[in-house]
Amino acid sequence: MPDTAIELRGLTRRFGERTALKDVSLRLERGKTLAVLGRNGAGKSTLLRILSTLLRPHEGDITVLGESLPRRAFAVRSRVGLLGHEPLLYRDLTGRENLSYHARLYGAPTARVDQLLATVQMGARADDPVRTLSRGMVQRVAVCRAVLHEPELLLLDEPRANLDPGATELVEQLIGRGNGRTRVLTSHDPEAAIEEADLVLGLRDGRGLFVGTPAEAGGRLQELYR
Amino acid sequence: MRAALTVLRKDLTLELRTFETVPAMALFSLTTFVIFHFGLDRSTVSGQLAAGVLTVTLLFAALLGAGRLFVAEREQGGFDAFLLAPVDRNAMLIAKAAALFIFLAVLELVAVPAFALLLLGPPLWPRLLGLIAVLALADLGIAVIGTLTSAIAIHTRARDLIGPIVGLPLLIPALIATARAAGPLLQAHSSGSPPGKWLAVLALYDCVFGLVAYAVFDFLLQE
Repeated sequence: MPDTAIELRGLTRRFGERTALKDVSLRLERGKTLAVLGRNGAGKSTLLRILSTLLRPHEGDITVLGESLPRRAFAVRSRVGLLGHEPLLYRDLTGRENLSYHARLYGAPTARVDQLLATVQMGARADDPVRTLSRGMVQRVAVCRAVLHEPELLLLDEPRANLDPGATELVEQLIGRGNGRTRVLTSHDPEAAIEEADLVLGLRDGRGLFVGTPAEAGGRLQELYR
Repeated sequence: MRAALTVLRKDLTLELRTFETVPAMALFSLTTFVIFHFGLDRSTVSGQLAAGVLTVTLLFAALLGAGRLFVAEREQGGFDAFLLAPVDRNAMLIAKAAALFIFLAVLELVAVPAFALLLLGPPLWPRLLGLIAVLALADLGIAVIGTLTSAIAIHTRARDLIGPIVGLPLLIPALIATARAAGPLLQAHSSGSPPGKWLAVLALYDCVFGLVAYAVFDFLLQE
């Protein structure tokens, strides 16, 4: 199915004795947004790390952007952007140096670095070491890093963490719904996540409690967070 | 190669900005020479003893540097960032080994003259070219093994122990060859050229472990 961005069938991932994800299945169309909801430790971040190729699944079939994982991980990497809990930035390099480093790794034009920094209004602090920036500023640079190579699929783990309303509006241009990218996002604010989702996956203890439309998910939130 | 150069450039920028690794290695070497000076109770050393003191000191200083190689990657998410990128993972091996090689070369710019001043009996100048050849081959082997063992250690809880415990036994052949190659150079009446046999052993060691590292490094970076 060419319009399928992500297809999971029986995805299972363990960490030693603990099962982080168990038999998770879903299908997400290109250009759509999947919200992954669940309590702490439900397996949301593990799912994002598997989709980003950082983790290998133990069981199940995974297809991302038409490529089978983990076999075709190399082909997927340039097409996926991950914004995780960690900003993945070197503290002793400046924001501009960090982004230039990533641009070179991805073969992206370095002109895009300045363009992105301007978009998130970080131009004035772009040459300061990351360790001197506030958490919100670091998150803005991290958003730039995640979209630097113009990925088709964005994996967003709590993307608005540490951002004030003004900064949230700025990064919206890059990771928001309007840019046409396929998105998978997690959030501890389920109502807000449901609002911008086309499909919702509810995870509890690593199991898919439900996969459904935002309307269906809205009625099962209490069950999910009970 | 583009990715390796990118990572190397980043590592050198970080070191120039923080000065966390090379100064520590240099200070360690100078302190060790002073300790040998008093421990051996000799004002000068020469020949095989001098080669042993120099080689062992540089080797332990190299372990300090190797232990710091992946700290930023581990603590600041550099590993994940690199693994997400569409690049050959051996680029990390090449970059880290090159960085450690450069750190060792800079260390030796300080440590070898200091050794000549503090401990070495015979003058260093006539044998300098020979010694540079020996140390360059030794540094190459140490850089590869140091990178390899640091990459092994990175995924373990006792990473500070694993590096030296795994690395030192692997480095024994390089240590022997370096000391044997440098020994004749540091004698009072040396010809100035190192023994070819031990240079060949060092070169062979570098080739073998370079190929082994290239073959297994991708596997080591996997979760």
